[in-house]
Amino acid sequence: MIAPTSPFADRHRALETVSAWVLALLWLLPLLYALWTAFHPAAFATRFTLDAPLTLQNFVNAWQAAPFPRYFLNTFLLVTMILAAQLVLATLAAYAFARFTFRGSNVMFMLVLLQLMVMPDILIVENYQTMNLLGLRDTILSIGLPYFASAFGIFLLRQTFKTVPRELDEAATVEGASAWQILMQVYVPLARPIYIAFGLVSVSTHWNNFLWPLIVTNSVESRPLTVGLQVFSSTDQGVDWSIITAATLMTSAPLLLAFLLFQRQFVQSFMRAGIR
Amino acid sequence: MKRLPSSVLPWLLLSPAMVLLIAFTHYPALATLWHSFFSTPKGVRPSVFVGLENYRLMADDPVFWQALCNNLWFALGTIPLAIALAILMALWVNEKLAGRGVLRLAYFTPTVLPMIAVANIWLFFYTPQYGLLEQITGALGLPSHNWLGNPQTVLGALMVVAVWKEAGFFMIFYLAALQQISPVLAEAAALEGASRWQYFWRVQFPLLMPTTLFVLINALINAFRLVDHIVVMTKGGPDNASSLLLYYIYEVGFAFWDSSYAAALTVVLLALLGLIALVKFRVLDRRTHYQ
Repeated sequence: MIAPTSPFADRHRALETVSAWVLALLWLLPLLYALWTAFHPAAFATRFTLDAPLTLQNFVNAWQAAPFPRYFLNTFLLVTMILAAQLVLATLAAYAFARFTFRGSNVMFMLVLLQLMVMPDILIVENYQTMNLLGLRDTILSIGLPYFASAFGIFLLRQTFKTVPRELDEAATVEGASAWQILMQVYVPLARPIYIAFGLVSVSTHWNNFLWPLIVTNSVESRPLTVGLQVFSSTDQGVDWSIITAATLMTSAPLLLAFLLFQRQFVQSFMRAGIR
Repeated sequence: MKRLPSSVLPWLLLSPAMVLLIAFTHYPALATLWHSFFSTPKGVRPSVFVGLENYRLMADDPVFWQALCNNLWFALGTIPLAIALAILMALWVNEKLAGRGVLRLAYFTPTVLPMIAVANIWLFFYTPQYGLLEQITGALGLPSHNWLGNPQTVLGALMVVAVWKEAGFFMIFYLAALQQISPVLAEAAALEGASRWQYFWRVQFPLLMPTTLFVLINALINAFRLVDHIVVMTKGGPDNASSLLLYYIYEVGFAFWDSSYAAALTVVLLALLGLIALVKFRVLDRRTHYQ
């Protein structure tokens, strides 16, 4: 990454730095508030004094008040299942688009791109009825299924596969490699950074997804964290902000931790996923 | 070695993804249109063809018009602000400001946090009597205000949350674009005596145009898609003042269980998204083709 020093006269440098930090603090405010409230006794949830004692009791209470281990497991299964299906399906489809000329390929590609505009999130009524018909309602599979074929993934991989030099492909064919071998040994390894980028985007999207899982699930056995958190914070009589913020932090913790650890990769992967 | 004819293989590769795409995107979109011409089956009464009845109902439904208007205001109020902030953020973190890493982290954090989770915290910010905003305005001696309970302010309060959530995400795309601009241009502009301000408006901003168009399309789609915070914070209230189109569809479909009216509403949403798609493919893609 380039780190340019501005060649312009820096009259406003100090002012810019201060403004940038003020905005950053505003942006972090919800998180800072959550950290404060979750780690202090309920009496200090809305009182900000420096001598407030620290406690982990809110996390213990939240953990015991709802089946969070189950919700974590459900979300983990969900994002793993979606990612695995997306990677396989998108790789196959992208390979077909990038390396084969066949009649109807343009029409098919247009049909894929349509999903970038009309995501399954919009078609909740009809998709709910489909899940009912398939007898899948209230299963983890039913949350993931509409997202298995990802237009974004197909598009991203197709663009990447198209940049693979044709010579590599032809050389492998001369060597007697099958289409499958060429895909697995030439294309997939070369697209690794794109796979990582897509994986991060996909996992964070589906970890955070809410409306569709809210509609299609209604039991502890299938609910992901996001829906579990909503059920938890809305059935509570009398809002206990300390426990809600503790639960909120728990729900976002894995992604937040991953983000802190792999900040660079995260940001770069979003950039890569965005510009291609 | 056995080989498939070359025309079969691509279809074989394509079919798993195509089957799912058709099952959960194309078929439901068409079925939505079809079902919008029928009545909702209720108990022993089966669904019957009612033609445009659902649309006639919709034309007379004040809640629909309000949700549609709210959604347009929501788009108009959030998108320009989120994009402007995203550009500002990207310019800042592209320079060597003190603590650049932390700044990047701060701006981008909302993107990875679940909207549903942070909506709970925003809910507290807006809570009357003891919420954070109330404590600040109280300390300044300003009168108390129920931000989410007042039809005048509720949509604005939700727009703030959406801008907060999205600006950092858009920043990433601008940052990527800024880093593609050759530093030679900045040096040349500085040598010519251009100010930082002139350099931005004359050089950087025009070069960011393709990114802005890309971000704009994403922002438009999101404006009609993102309703998580409404479920948590207001449930469309008070008096439907914060209901957006998708939220209203959710309410009609899954609280009132009126699936055919929900289908008709979905058709409107699909038409809006279709319009965005048309503009994208017709106008924008042609103009950004040089990329």
